[in-house]
Amino acid sequence: MKTITAQKSFEEILEVLERTERVYIVGCGTCATMCQTGGEAQVLQMKERLEQAGKIVTGWMVIPTACDDLTKEALGEQAEGINQAQGILVMACAFGVQTVVSWTDKPVCPALNTLFIGKEDVPYQFSEVCIQCGECILGWTAGICPVTSCTKGLLNGPCGGTKKGGKCEIDKEKDCAWVLIYQRLESQDRLDLMRKYKRPKDYRVVKRPGRIKLSEDLLKRSF
Amino acid sequence: MKKSFREVLKEGRFIVTSEVGPPKGTNVDRMVQIIELLKDKVDALNVTDNQGSVMRYPSWGGCFLIVEQGGEPILQVTCRDRNRLAIQQDLLFAHSRGIRNVLCLTGDSIDVGDHKEAKPVFDLDSVQLINLVQSLNSGKDIGGNQLDSPTDFCIGACTTASAEPIEPHLIKLQQKIDAGIQFIQTQAVYDLDQFKRFMNYLCKLNKDVKVLAGIVLLTGPRMAVFLNENVPGIFVPQPLIDQLQVAPKGKALSVGIEIAGRTIREIKEEGLCDGVHIMAIEKEEVVPQILEVAGL
Ligand code: SF4
Ligand code: SF4
Repeated sequence: MKTITAQKSFEEILEVLERTERVYIVGCGTCATMCQTGGEAQVLQMKERLEQAGKIVTGWMVIPTACDDLTKEALGEQAEGINQAQGILVMACAFGVQTVVSWTDKPVCPALNTLFIGKEDVPYQFSEVCIQCGECILGWTAGICPVTSCTKGLLNGPCGGTKKGGKCEIDKEKDCAWVLIYQRLESQDRLDLMRKYKRPKDYRVVKRPGRIKLSEDLLKRSF
Repeated sequence: MKKSFREVLKEGRFIVTSEVGPPKGTNVDRMVQIIELLKDKVDALNVTDNQGSVMRYPSWGGCFLIVEQGGEPILQVTCRDRNRLAIQQDLLFAHSRGIRNVLCLTGDSIDVGDHKEAKPVFDLDSVQLINLVQSLNSGKDIGGNQLDSPTDFCIGACTTASAEPIEPHLIKLQQKIDAGIQFIQTQAVYDLDQFKRFMNYLCKLNKDVKVLAGIVLLTGPRMAVFLNENVPGIFVPQPLIDQLQVAPKGKALSVGIEIAGRTIREIKEEGLCDGVHIMAIEKEEVVPQILEVAGL
């Protein structure tokens, strides 16, 4: 599981950094490195572009996992460069950005857009397979998630827009999630699951922002 | 007083419905004219709900005009733009204004319309929407809370007869039928052999639901190609496109009317289904001509 990111346009980054002349850059050695959006190479590239744009880069580092607790220590070790800066540009996902925010008083600005939590299908190709809806229905849908994979998140079968050959109405390249579910359930001789009515989703399941504290009881329970 | 659509469904004769698209703005003059022209020629008139995800005058607004003009409206409701509270609220309003027929639709994807950056809602899907209307009919909202009085809607759904593979759609249709719909208006039908196969499947489900075959008027070869490329769930066969192509200049629309009328006549003569739903998008004024060619 990885947080998939894309780099913001340089213009947008410059706009947010308009009043920040001296910048410190933080990259991330995990997801953002995998996505080639916040690894060492991209951090160095950013440094060069910022300098070309007239900024002073007071230092940079690539934290092994920016969303981790160790970020606090890493920021401490780099205090010198960070103190000289007026702001920190974080080339990590929004979890990394917010972790940095919680351990510094300096203004923090994201260099990336966080797109989705996905898995790596083959190197450099990622796909979103779950949007963490809190009420998992994979047991009824042959392990294929319509909440994520159907463009409309439909719970009871395909919409009328399915194109010839079982493609989605908005994208000739994308398989209709419900055709895939149908095919898989059929091959497993479980089509009755598709006929079963799935009631509307319960959006209370996860109150946003999601927050959970495991209870003492649960922690003591052994499986 | 016009007969209610619910009664017409019970009469067992060939049923004809058509539809009007509301304006992009507040000028309803044209819609009023179309309603006046068609209200007594068809059994009921649908009003589309932000069709093709293009923002327009509301569906219930158009239905309200139909009621005012003494016609019988079918309110199209999609799941794309409203959550379950908003949908129910609109339905209560519609009911209080004499609107008694609802067509429950998923709704096209936001991406095909003119507000591509909007948030798609899809709080419900079409099967859940049908259940929602059933719930209002039984005197409760979808949250299980008592209403001061129940609604009394006649419920319809849409399906596509030309999908490939068709099986997932048939399963969904069965879910809709199980949820208690009274009528089906299909997506555009051009290939009658394919439609016969669809009706055969449907017969096996053996349920008492009236089926109206969708007839979409082709106004020219360009429109046919456009439909194939852009409109979800519609497929115009090449021979029909060719017929429109070879029509003399200015005559393509007449050919389209001829095709639509002929298709209706064949459906009626062969008794393929219970009626037709004629969609003459932005050309509603030619519906009487289509009916004439069809011999209705
Ligand atoms: S149903 Fe889909 S989105 Fe919801 S938890 Fe399961 S996989 Fe994730
Ligand atoms: S075509 Fe299939 S995947 Fe696409 S929106 Fe419709 S049901 Fe969902």
